[in-house]
Amino acid sequence: MDRSLELTVPSRPEYIGVVRLVVSSLATARRAIADERIDDLKLAVSEACTNAIEANNAAGAGAPVVVTCWEAPERIEVRVSDSGGGFDPEVLPAHPPVTDPERLNFERGLGIPLIRSLVDDVRFESSSNGTSVCMTLFGAPEGSDETSEIVRVVISEQD
Amino acid sequence: MELGLQVDESRSPYTVLSVKGEVDVYSAPRLREKLVELVSEGHRQIVADLEGVDFLDSTGLGVLVGGLKRLRSHDGDLTLVCTQPRILKVFEITGLTSVFKISTSVDEATRGS
Repeated sequence: MDRSLELTVPSRPEYIGVVRLVVSSLATARRAIADERIDDLKLAVSEACTNAIEANNAAGAGAPVVVTCWEAPERIEVRVSDSGGGFDPEVLPAHPPVTDPERLNFERGLGIPLIRSLVDDVRFESSSNGTSVCMTLFGAPEGSDETSEIVRVVISEQD
Repeated sequence: MELGLQVDESRSPYTVLSVKGEVDVYSAPRLREKLVELVSEGHRQIVADLEGVDFLDSTGLGVLVGGLKRLRSHDGDLTLVCTQPRILKVFEITGLTSVFKISTSVDEATRGS
């Protein structure tokens, strides 16, 4: 079994809810993954989309965010890609400890630590042409078949 | 996916802000505006009831941290009401359970006034 779904959405915050809905519905409908893990995936994907939208808007090209989900027998993988300027995930600023009053000066920068904590595996592929965040959740399949299915959805705005 | 924000001023000196729906990068600015508005109106002990929140991401966390900072700078405080494991988990992962007072009910949060 190998299925994939590609979702292309405008780089606007109101579309993140749609992405969450699609990814969680896919994970719920077809795989034996606990609800709690689906919540984890939903949050991780949402965080990646938030960063992707910000990167695209900073680059100013109006590029969409592309979300691709793959289902394999033992895992579901979601890739969130933008066309922004890229970043190095290894050099993110560290937050002060929670006991430090300075901690309250950090309202941002929690997204990537959350992604790392929530999914079983995460890879950041970043260059000056954009960033892809590939997140994997392992789980047992509900059943198996040999079909291959690709669904592609493009959401565009009408001006 | 509209964010519901309801203010209850009947538990003086506490002001209860009930939040319903999904708090993400799209809706969090409305929560931020409401907290800023309440502080500027003079509310100092705010209880944010998150029991109706279905989803909370890092942007929502950031808004709550910003609200806490704003209140503490005015000698106030922000207490959260939350019992949902899926929401509490976000605070636990980020270590913010040590930053916020988290109560199990609005009654508990507003007791001892």
